[in-house]
Amino acid sequence: MADPMGLIIRGGTVVDAHGERRADVAVGPDGRIAAVGSELDARAVHLDGVGELDALGCLVVPGLVDLHTHLREPGREEAETIETGSRAAARGGFTAVVAMPNTEPAIDSAGVVRQVLDAGRSAGLCDVHTSGAITVGREGTQLAPMAEMAALGVHLFTDDGRGVQDDRLMRRALEYASGLGVTLAQHCEVESLSHGGHMHEGEWSSRLGIPGIPAEAEELMITRDLSLARLTGGRVHFQHLSTAGAVELVRQAKASGLPVTAEATPHHLVLTHADVASYDPVFKVNPPLRTAADVAALRVGVADGTIDAIATDHAPHTQETKEQPFDEAPCGMLGLETALALVLTELDLTPGEVVALMSTRPAAIAGIADTHGGPVAEGRPANLCVIDSDATWVVDPYRSASRSRNNPYAGRSLTGRVRHTVLWGEPVVLDGEETR
Amino acid sequence: MRHLLSVGDLGVDGIDEVLKLTDSFVEVSERAIPKVPALRGKTVVSLFYEDSTRTRLSFETAAKRLSADTMNFTVGSSSVKKGESLRDTVQTIEAMGVDAIVIRHGSAGAPWQVAGWAEAAVVNAGDGWHEHPTQALLDCYTIRQHLGTLAGRRIAIVGDVKHSRVARSDVLAFTALGAEVTLVAPPTLLPPSLEGWPVEVSHDLDEILPKIDVAYLLRMQRERMTEALLPSLREYTACFGLTRRRAALLGADAIVMHPGPMNRGVEIAADVADLPNAVIVDQVRNGVAVRMAVLFLLLGAGNDLGGNERG
Repeated sequence: MADPMGLIIRGGTVVDAHGERRADVAVGPDGRIAAVGSELDARAVHLDGVGELDALGCLVVPGLVDLHTHLREPGREEAETIETGSRAAARGGFTAVVAMPNTEPAIDSAGVVRQVLDAGRSAGLCDVHTSGAITVGREGTQLAPMAEMAALGVHLFTDDGRGVQDDRLMRRALEYASGLGVTLAQHCEVESLSHGGHMHEGEWSSRLGIPGIPAEAEELMITRDLSLARLTGGRVHFQHLSTAGAVELVRQAKASGLPVTAEATPHHLVLTHADVASYDPVFKVNPPLRTAADVAALRVGVADGTIDAIATDHAPHTQETKEQPFDEAPCGMLGLETALALVLTELDLTPGEVVALMSTRPAAIAGIADTHGGPVAEGRPANLCVIDSDATWVVDPYRSASRSRNNPYAGRSLTGRVRHTVLWGEPVVLDGEETR
Repeated sequence: MRHLLSVGDLGVDGIDEVLKLTDSFVEVSERAIPKVPALRGKTVVSLFYEDSTRTRLSFETAAKRLSADTMNFTVGSSSVKKGESLRDTVQTIEAMGVDAIVIRHGSAGAPWQVAGWAEAAVVNAGDGWHEHPTQALLDCYTIRQHLGTLAGRRIAIVGDVKHSRVARSDVLAFTALGAEVTLVAPPTLLPPSLEGWPVEVSHDLDEILPKIDVAYLLRMQRERMTEALLPSLREYTACFGLTRRRAALLGADAIVMHPGPMNRGVEIAADVADLPNAVIVDQVRNGVAVRMAVLFLLLGAGNDLGGNERG
């Protein structure tokens, strides 16, 4: 695109932390919001030759922020690249993602961080931030150089895909992180309990003869990390909560004043272990899909604020690897392009709550609240998403911007669709299509 | 019937149909030349991702007695590492022109995936801990042979139910036919959840033995020791092995069954396995006839079961 001349997003309902109001949003050539008001006149806000984005009947919200995205680059470019993942993100309404470090090599040093950030900038479809590994190679034995990564803006550290197993190492990591003002994001899984498991341990694993992963594998690590957070004063963010017990642990910890945060994925809020009965590895994910009671508890956690953010855990895998027998297939499912619509369709939330869960709070947790998460107000960066909340569409894995097709929602009808995504004032998605 | 994946898919009527047909094939098997032309021109391939001489031989014998051509695609756990995917292997086999794929795989559900890709009929010859439908069918046949019916019969399945595909298929088939099933095992060897299983559970074999018509013993695998599921094989045998003393607790008409291969001295005492009420050899013999019935139902629709080779 040429240099942005500015634009006016017209006719929508603005939703942010300040509430809902009918307003146009004018964006200046500097990529920042020039004005928010009713029936804005381009000349009155000193913008010449501006384009207009139709938002009639739509919600205009701060761009979505994903705390948990597997972009696969470097190392697994056959499944996703930073460019294709950014494209999927933009199409899904995300203006910022936090890449997970389980790449090959792992994102555990300044060099790899720089590589990921550079590739994100050159793709230019959404702001690609990255997490850094807590331990070298995500092997759980030696602290990774967190300070050099933090100096490049890394705010979340995680060994995602694995939890830090060693108690003493986790304690040290929390202490060290607290000195840097960064947050540790934990994939909660005690491996000695989950070892060999491929789905939630319970009624369906017993029936299907698939080795199970008990809910307690997740809950034990949360319990430990809450103790260590108390001991060290370190900040912990719990990734992809999946069990009722996990929600309750976090709820109690918050009530006791611990500064912990938590996320849940759309799939853990929508799908259950009964979906595995098809033996289709597209439903294999870690943490595994749990029971209907767990889904219900997660939804309560979302509604009462125990769960701060909805994060996709977008995890692309090639068709070949996902066609293996269930025991052998890798864990993970796509999420960026369906997250918002699933939340709008399946969860009973107000637009304001959706914005809080998918933009404002994740932006704060990711340490990017200065550029993302709203409010939609003069002077703020114009990272915005325009949502047609009445549009109904059917999920087709083959019409995806992702390089992979492991979409568990194929054929599902969803209501709510991203119409436009605006990144730093530039429409990167217009009427559902990327502009570049 | 297009595939045989789960014995549960057959329903009571389907199981009955297989067992009735098995009668005719038992008769065929007793002839001087135990062979009928029912599946002449059909090709049955066995695709085994786990070693299993017994089941593979039983299927091959069944196919040969029906005059089908047989192929054997043995993927030893070592040669799997050549890297060909299951889907590619299935496509390769299909390209050779086969009518039935008999598959055993260490992953639960693999036969379902294969059935989704294959034109050929798929027979599940054991998938992970999940199912082994032809074993359940031959077990039902053997019980009927000795006890007349399964309805109202009390059957104890003893041992490592958690890791047993035989147990899962047997529970489905036995209860479908009206038997009352009790699982007897230490809690570590039971599935984590028995929700939806129409069974009773006991941890006391001595208490159960006098009440049952069938003692069905599962194979105890040594690797369970390393998974902290049991203190020792010795302790397992002491608590759950069918010793001579325990065998004497069985009623006069009760039978002893085992899917094989047996660990004599572990789940079953050496001399108990040879008692007249141990019908383990009958199970093996009936296995061939049951598998003939299954292959015939899948591949032989419209073919006549006539005893003579015709031009």
